[in-house]
Amino acid sequence: MGLLNLFAKPRPALQRLPSGSMTVDREGQIVTSTISSSYPVEILEEVADEVLRLFAEARKAHLSLSEFRIHFASLHVTAREARGGAIIFLSPAVPL
Amino acid sequence: MFLELYKEWLSQLPSKPEIQTSTSGARAMAMLEAEPYRVLICDLKMPKMDGLQVLAIVRRRFPELRTVVMTGVQDEEFRSRAYALGVDLFWLKPDTQQNMQMFLECLESLLGRDNESGFRGIQSKSLMDILQMECLSQSSTVFRITRGSLVGKIWILNGDLIDAESEGARGEAAFRRILGWKSGTFETLPCEPERERTITKSINALLLETAQAMDEVSNPLEGETPEEANHRKTVWRLAAITREGCEWVVTTPNETEGTPEGWGTQSENEFAGWMRYANEAVQRLSEKVEAGPWSHIRAQNLERKLVLLPSKNKTCLVAWPPAAETSAIFEKSKKLITSWDS
Repeated sequence: MGLLNLFAKPRPALQRLPSGSMTVDREGQIVTSTISSSYPVEILEEVADEVLRLFAEARKAHLSLSEFRIHFASLHVTAREARGGAIIFLSPAVPL
Repeated sequence: MFLELYKEWLSQLPSKPEIQTSTSGARAMAMLEAEPYRVLICDLKMPKMDGLQVLAIVRRRFPELRTVVMTGVQDEEFRSRAYALGVDLFWLKPDTQQNMQMFLECLESLLGRDNESGFRGIQSKSLMDILQMECLSQSSTVFRITRGSLVGKIWILNGDLIDAESEGARGEAAFRRILGWKSGTFETLPCEPERERTITKSINALLLETAQAMDEVSNPLEGETPEEANHRKTVWRLAAITREGCEWVVTTPNETEGTPEGWGTQSENEFAGWMRYANEAVQRLSEKVEAGPWSHIRAQNLERKLVLLPSKNKTCLVAWPPAAETSAIFEKSKKLITSWDS
């Protein structure tokens, strides 16, 4: 029966929203994380990169943020500045 | 095969819609680009581009298109994400004849919404016209008027304007404020004969005064130079900032060549750089994690609390003192910006 699997079309799995927290160093490397390991690390690294750059751009504009929270329709991203790196919390918002 | 089956079922709807199918998200997008459609029905699990990605693009590129998700994925998270993306209907693939019938009925109702006949409101009439009509017909009613997050009420008793209330103001001041809103929605509530009278002027006198005041705000006064008119607007906006208790506001057009404006701060150009960057960054983030559109960013440092929010064709940054209540500043910022846009 496994023979039939050879003809099955590959179908990407639907991506769940990330949930949990992670700490990133000033280089954007993830140091610790409680986010499910099934969630792609590359996307988390890109999130970390955007967060660090948001802090850096704010410093350039003399706003020097210690914390921010982005409200998306289905996800909240909270980031706290930590010695050049950041602690990032990702929490899905459930509107229903 | 399933697509053909659904096509056959859907073509039996009473409105006899023309059904076209696509086996991938990319092809569906190409079809939407080629000609106008009324409804898009889409699965969540699809090859290459999943349903959520398709919906995110569709919402942005074809905001008028009605969207329906029909899927076998039974998961509340995906349901709420689909609704967060603005879909009109989320339906699990029907497993019984009864479910299929219900789905078809919902779809028919959705199709009917944009070609309903009959009267659906008074789009070309201003609030002034509506109030005059109500007063002329000697009616007694309460108008509840909303513009975004701003809410106001106007009480009419036997054709007389007796009271108004809006955002902490009452009487004539509230009436003038409500009349200043350029658009919005209204509903009529049952009359309240016991309502205390705070307005004694006739409706016509008040409407005339308000129209005159609005003209003065939007157009330069006689003999006033454009610089003087701008100065007057700036003073008015600064007064609004002080009244609300915020520190400063910066707005920047979404086009990079637009000039930022600041009230209560001299650093609008510096802040505008971060605002533009943040606007782009959150849009990139939204696409990466498929989190839907962003409503605002709340940020803080030792000196102040900030709210960054998108408004019509521009982004606004509102700064509040550190003691301001965090849970309230988003709503307050939204109200402030809405009142400016009015």
